[in-house]
Amino acid sequence: MSMLEINEVSISFGGIKAVNGVSFSVEKGEVFSIIGPNGAGKTTVFNLISRFYNVDQGTIVFEGQDLTTVSTHQVGHHGIARTFQNTELFEHETVLNNLMIGHHVHRKTNLLKEIFYLPQVRNQDLDFRKNVEDVIDLMDLQNYREQVIGSLPYGARKMIEIARALCMQPKLLLLDEPSSGLNPEETEDLSFWIEDITEELDITVLMVEHDMNLVNQVSDRVMALADGELLAIGTPKEIQEHPEVLRAYLGN
Amino acid sequence: MEVAQLLISGISQGCVYGLIALGFVLIYKATEMVNFAQGDLMMVGAFVGYGFVVLWDWPFILGVGATLTVMAVLGVVLERLIVRPMIGEPPFAVLMLTIGLGFVLRSVAGAIWGNEPKSVPAPYAGEVVHIGTVSVGMENIAIVLGTAVLCTLLFVFFRYSRIGIAMQAASQNQLAAFYVGIPVKRIFALVWGLSAVISAVAGILVAPVSLIDPNMGFVGIKAFAAAIVGGFGSLPGAIIGGLTIGIVEQFAGFYLPAGWGDTSAYIILLLMLIIRPEGIFATMQKKKV
Amino acid sequence: MRFVLKTRYGQDLDHFKHNGQRFWYGLLGAVVLALPIALSILHLDYFVGELTFVYIYAVAGVGLMLLVGYTGQVSLGHAAFLAIGAYAHVYFLKSGLPFAVSILCAGFLTAIVGGVIAIPALRMTGIYLAVATLAFSRIVEQVVGHWDSVTGGHRGTSVPDVNFFGISIFEPLVLHFVVLVILVFILVGALNLLRSPTGRAMIAVRDSEISAQAMGISLASVKTTAFAISAGISGIAGALLAHHSGYVTPETFTILLSIELLLMVVVGGLGSMQGVFYGAIFVVLLPTVIAFVRDYLPDDVGQMPGLQPGLFGLILVLFLVFEPLGIYGRWLKIRQFFSEFPLYRNATHKRQKTYLRTERVR
Repeated sequence: MSMLEINEVSISFGGIKAVNGVSFSVEKGEVFSIIGPNGAGKTTVFNLISRFYNVDQGTIVFEGQDLTTVSTHQVGHHGIARTFQNTELFEHETVLNNLMIGHHVHRKTNLLKEIFYLPQVRNQDLDFRKNVEDVIDLMDLQNYREQVIGSLPYGARKMIEIARALCMQPKLLLLDEPSSGLNPEETEDLSFWIEDITEELDITVLMVEHDMNLVNQVSDRVMALADGELLAIGTPKEIQEHPEVLRAYLGN
Repeated sequence: MEVAQLLISGISQGCVYGLIALGFVLIYKATEMVNFAQGDLMMVGAFVGYGFVVLWDWPFILGVGATLTVMAVLGVVLERLIVRPMIGEPPFAVLMLTIGLGFVLRSVAGAIWGNEPKSVPAPYAGEVVHIGTVSVGMENIAIVLGTAVLCTLLFVFFRYSRIGIAMQAASQNQLAAFYVGIPVKRIFALVWGLSAVISAVAGILVAPVSLIDPNMGFVGIKAFAAAIVGGFGSLPGAIIGGLTIGIVEQFAGFYLPAGWGDTSAYIILLLMLIIRPEGIFATMQKKKV
Repeated sequence: MRFVLKTRYGQDLDHFKHNGQRFWYGLLGAVVLALPIALSILHLDYFVGELTFVYIYAVAGVGLMLLVGYTGQVSLGHAAFLAIGAYAHVYFLKSGLPFAVSILCAGFLTAIVGGVIAIPALRMTGIYLAVATLAFSRIVEQVVGHWDSVTGGHRGTSVPDVNFFGISIFEPLVLHFVVLVILVFILVGALNLLRSPTGRAMIAVRDSEISAQAMGISLASVKTTAFAISAGISGIAGALLAHHSGYVTPETFTILLSIELLLMVVVGGLGSMQGVFYGAIFVVLLPTVIAFVRDYLPDDVGQMPGLQPGLFGLILVLFLVFEPLGIYGRWLKIRQFFSEFPLYRNATHKRQKTYLRTERVR
C-alpha cells in the first residue's frame, strides 16, 4: 500500500476547476515532485492534502487513513508537515522558538501542568530542545538561533521553514517550491539536504518545484500537471521527453 | 401613528449613523485603517459650525460652507501628522491611535468651546411638515435630504472619476500603486479630508435636532456597528447598515423595557458578526497560500 | 557588555537567565516588600493605596497582555470581565463563602464566560473582534445596570468586609499584601505558561494562523484557552478592585476602563510582561501627576476638565507613532545603548519603512 493515495480529487473555485480528477500515489521513502506551469493547481493539491481546502470530489488516504474530512490542525498529528511558498514563519520570534513550536505535535502535557511548570513540562521541553538542536546541526543554522525571524535574509528563512517542518518529525514532508528565490549555490545545498532528509531521517518528500535541475537531481518520480489536470507521471527522464508535458510548457 | 413616527425617527437617526459609517468605510477602503475617531470628527464639525453660525453670527449657508472647508483642512492635517507615519503598521496599532485621537479631539473641543451642551439653531428648524397623519420636523427632512444628496454626489464622484480606482489600488498594494504612478499620499490626504467633510455634514445636520456637546461623538460606536452590518468595505452598505440600526433602535426603545433601545444596536452587531460577519455586502476574500 | 555563557539547555528555560537578573529582581523584591511598610509607618497610607491600585491594574494587565500581546486577539471589552468578576465575588462573599474560595470561584466564572465569548470570536479577526468585544462590554454594562436583585442596579452594592486573622481587608496594608501575593501567583503562572508549549502555541497563533495550523495547533483550542485565562485573571482583578474601592457600581466598568487597560498594555509594551508593569505605573500615576502639576499650569490649561483624557490620548498617539514597542521597547533600546557604549550605532533600531498591503485577502 502506498503511503499517500490521491484518488480522483477535484476542487473548484467559483466556476474554475483548479484541480480536476487528479490521481497519484506516493511510495514510502521516495522523492516525488510535482511540476507544471503556473496556475496548474500544484499548490492547490498541497492545500488539499494539508486540509486548508475541502475536496469537492475524491479521497485522500494517508497510511490507510482517510484524510478527506480531517480538520486542518489534525494533519500535523498524522505525520504530515509542509512548508509554504511564501514563507509563513513566526515573524516576531527567534529561530529557536520557531523550531520549538515545530515540536508542538509531540506535546504530552496539559494546561494545568504547564501553569505550575511541573518537572514533566521542563523535561519535555529539554527533550524538544535536544531534537531541535539535532535539526539545527543538520541544516547548519547554529548562527541563527537567537535571531528574530524578521531580521533574516530570504535564503535563511527558507531553510528555517524546512527546519521547522523537520522538527515535527514527520513521515511525509510537503515542500512548496523550496528553491524559489534561492541562488544556485543555495539550491545546490538544498538538493543535498533533501537527499539527507530522505536517507538519514527516513522521511518521504513530496515537492512542488519549478527548477528542473533540482527536480532531475533529487526526484525518484515526477508528476506533471497543467490547468488542473494530470498530464503524466514517470521518472524525471520520461517526463522531460513526454510530448504532452512539452506541449504544456512550450506550446505547440 | 406611532409606527410611522418611529420609522421616521429611525430613518433620520439612521441617516446620521450612516453618514458617520460612510466616513469610516471611505477611510477603510482607501487606507485599510479603521478610524475610531470618526464620531468625534462629527462632533468637531458640529462645534465648528456652532462657532461660525452662533458665536460669530454668520449667515447659515456661509457658516456651513466655512465649516466644511475647515473640516476638510483638518482632515488633511490629521492625515499628514498622525496617519501617514502609521501606514503599513498593524491594524491594531492604528485602531489604538485613532482611539487616542478621539480623546484628544474631545479634550480640545471641550477646551475651546466648553463642556456644556449647546444648541445650534438652523433656519429651517422648528417648522413641521404634515405627511398624511404624521407630522415630521423639518430638521429630520433636512437630514434625510442631506444624506441623499451627499450620497449621490459621492456615487457620481467615484463612478465617473479615476480617483475611485486609484483609491482602491492604493489600498490593496501601496508599493505597486507607487510604481504605477498613483499619487498615493495625495489620495490618502484626499480621503481623510473627504471623510472629515462627510462627518461634518452629519454633525451640522444633527445639531439642530439635539444639543451638541463634546461627548456626542460616542454615537460613532453605533455607526461602527452600522458599517459592519452593511459590510465593511461597502459604501452603500454603510448607509443601509445605518438605517437598519437606526430603525431597529427606535422600535426597540419604544416597545421593549428600558435600556433595550440602546443595547439593540450592539445586539444586532453581535448577531451580524456571528451569522454573517462580512455584512450585507461582503468584500472580504480568502488568502491563497 | 554582558556575555551570557550557556552551559545547559535548561538555562534557556529558566525565568532568570543569569545571576545579574537574579540580583536585580531580588533587589526589586526587597523594595516591593519594604516600601509599603515604610510608607505605612510614615502615615502615607494614601500612597500605599495607590501602589495597590497599580498592582490591581497589573493583574488585569497580565490577563489582557496574554490575550492581546501574546495571542494577538484584540479585546476592547475587558471591563466586562472585571465587572463580572467583581460582582460575582461580592455575591459569593455575601453568600458566606470564605475569601479565597469566593475569589477563585469568581475567577472561574469569568473564565467560563470568556471561554463562551471565544466561540463566536473564533471566526472574527482584527477589527471585527475588537468591535464585537466592545459590543459585548456594552451589553454587560446594561445587564449589570438593570439586574437589580443581584447587582443592585445603578445604585451598586457595597463590598463586604473580610477578615484575615482579625484584621480587616480594608486596612491599606492588608489589602496591599493580599493583592501583591495574588499578583505574584498570577504572574508566575503566566510566565510558566509562556515558556511552555501552550504559550508558544499562543504566539504561533498571533504571528501566523496558517502555519500554526500546519504545526498541529488547534486555533479554536488556543484562542478559547487564551480568552478563558485572560477573562479569569481579569475577573480576579475586578474582585480586587471591588475591595479597593469598597463599593461597586456599573460606572466603574465602562468602555473607558477597557480603553485604559488597552492603553496600559500598548504603552507599556505589547508582547512583554514587563510592559504590563510599566503600563500600570503609567496609567495609575499619570492622573496623580496631572493633579499635582495642574496648579502650576496657567489657568486655561490647568483647569480644563478634559485635560486627563486628552493627555492620555496624546501620549498614546505619541507612543504609537514614535515608539510602538512601548516603554519596554524604549527601555531595551536605552539598555542596549549603555551596554554597547561607545559602540552603539544610531541606526540599530531604525524602523523599516513599511508599505500598506491589503489584509482583506486573508
